[in-house]
Amino acid sequence: MYSENRKTEAKNLLPGATGDWELVIGLEVHAQVISKAKLFSGSPADFGGAPNDHVSFVDAAMPGMLPVINKKCVEQAIRTGLGLKAKINCKSVFDRKNYFYPDLPQGYQISQFKQPIVGEGQVQLDLEDGSSVTIGIERLHLEQDAGKSLHDKADGLSHVDLNRSGVALMEIVSYPDIRSIEEAKAYVSKLRSILRYLGTCDGNMDQGSMRADVNVSVRRPGAPFGTRCEIKNVNSIRFMGQAIAYEAARQIDILEDGGEILQETRLFDPNHGETRSMRSKEEAHDYRYFPDPDLPPLEFEQSWVDEIAATLPELPDEKKARFIKELGLSAYDADVLVSDREAADYYEAVADGVEAKAAANWVINEVFGRMNKMGLSFADIPVPPQANTAILRMVAVSEISGKIAKELFDIIWNEGGDPVKIVDERGLKQVSDTGALEKIIDELIAANPDKAAEVKQKPKMIGWFVGQVMQASKGKANPQMVNQILRKKLI
Amino acid sequence: MAVDQATVRRIAHLARIAVTDDEVEHLEGELNAILQWVEQLRQVGTSDVEPMTSVVHVQREMRPDEVTDGGYPEKIVANAPLRDGHYFTVPKVVE
Repeated sequence: MYSENRKTEAKNLLPGATGDWELVIGLEVHAQVISKAKLFSGSPADFGGAPNDHVSFVDAAMPGMLPVINKKCVEQAIRTGLGLKAKINCKSVFDRKNYFYPDLPQGYQISQFKQPIVGEGQVQLDLEDGSSVTIGIERLHLEQDAGKSLHDKADGLSHVDLNRSGVALMEIVSYPDIRSIEEAKAYVSKLRSILRYLGTCDGNMDQGSMRADVNVSVRRPGAPFGTRCEIKNVNSIRFMGQAIAYEAARQIDILEDGGEILQETRLFDPNHGETRSMRSKEEAHDYRYFPDPDLPPLEFEQSWVDEIAATLPELPDEKKARFIKELGLSAYDADVLVSDREAADYYEAVADGVEAKAAANWVINEVFGRMNKMGLSFADIPVPPQANTAILRMVAVSEISGKIAKELFDIIWNEGGDPVKIVDERGLKQVSDTGALEKIIDELIAANPDKAAEVKQKPKMIGWFVGQVMQASKGKANPQMVNQILRKKLI
Repeated sequence: MAVDQATVRRIAHLARIAVTDDEVEHLEGELNAILQWVEQLRQVGTSDVEPMTSVVHVQREMRPDEVTDGGYPEKIVANAPLRDGHYFTVPKVVE
């Protein structure tokens, strides 16, 4: 944790009319827990459903209903805490956070205030310039989601659907350690990646499974913290960047004009790219927390925490370190591959039995490149990892050329099939037969005597012949051999 | 600690309870009497006593993660003063 003491690198300072400003950011990320049922009831927690169909009497706050906690949700919070290298509190307390809103039938949200289930932890960010920073986590607590209000279905009316009401959320609160938009984006990406590795949140920001409240303030370099504003419910990483940029500029303008920042809650409007003050309700922050009398303190044994710790997967930081150290990958390639657990798993399956770097290049450029271009997800990749391994093996022993490898990949992507068989059946094997290659080359030289003469003056011109041979052989000629023969004959 | 009439009105508003002027005066007295009593309790040294969140120390069973409830939207909205299909409807609330 750096908090107030962390200095900003010069490149991240924001220039103002009267001097430089430092940006200070803290994030509260709400992550929906992956579970079948809700936090305190047995109704389904999955996204969607007909209006009020995923609702029990507990979620609708009917009189006399009692909440009973879902063990899986507790386990997921502990698992997440362990993944954030955080302190797990074997005793925590649920509190009522009181406020009135139509999509909150209880009139309070069950949350954790003074004694959260998870205490201090950390997230390491690897930035684009190769540097790393560690962002402190203040806490993680469990709480209920609210229902959903729809304001556009009828004039003068809001429609309320309680399907999300009572779904388990983890609120993950960072220390105000973040000093730039790039770091804020990297933090949310990294957190999302860790949660997805752990299987505790699907990280789907479109569906609202992950959203962030962004606390932004500015100060003169090294000065005490300024007054912050909280931007609510930012639901994409790109919008978060825009919201912070707008908010920082707004605050700097006010301060440079001699004004004062009002601590308030603001909304980001993606259509106009600006933040706006939410109707200022002073009492909105008067939540009158108190321990929920319906729920005894949440207590469990350290042995359960240890059991969960034993089932933790290899996390992105560890995986990246292993990819670099044991497989010899570059930091960049390792970053790309570990950002998603499915990407890393796919890569490791491909790299099993072939050279690791070649496999990394292939997977990143051919497989993921194509997947991204087509807007697919990892699960939709039609080529099984083993097919890539087979292709790469054939390239490694010069059985097929790199160009044919791409064509072969194309065929398997569209038609499926066994790469080795396809190479046999369609005659795609690389031509490394000197006689056959010489024949093609001799014909070419005979047909282009002027070009052949030119090569003697300008050896670079040999590339033209290589291209012609490749074309004549439909990409099957072994390019190294073609080069050798051409040099022998022309230079 | 004592409350004045403004505080009483504020607390009533937070709890969404409508109170008349007469009631405010009465409630001010009542609340202050309660607070005085709490003030008296505070004279007991409790700095090394853990806050009590429940009367009996019970560890309630946790529920397995199984879907056992829901699927009755008609019952959920049955008592709604205002509804549209299976939605609750309320006077428009827009921030």
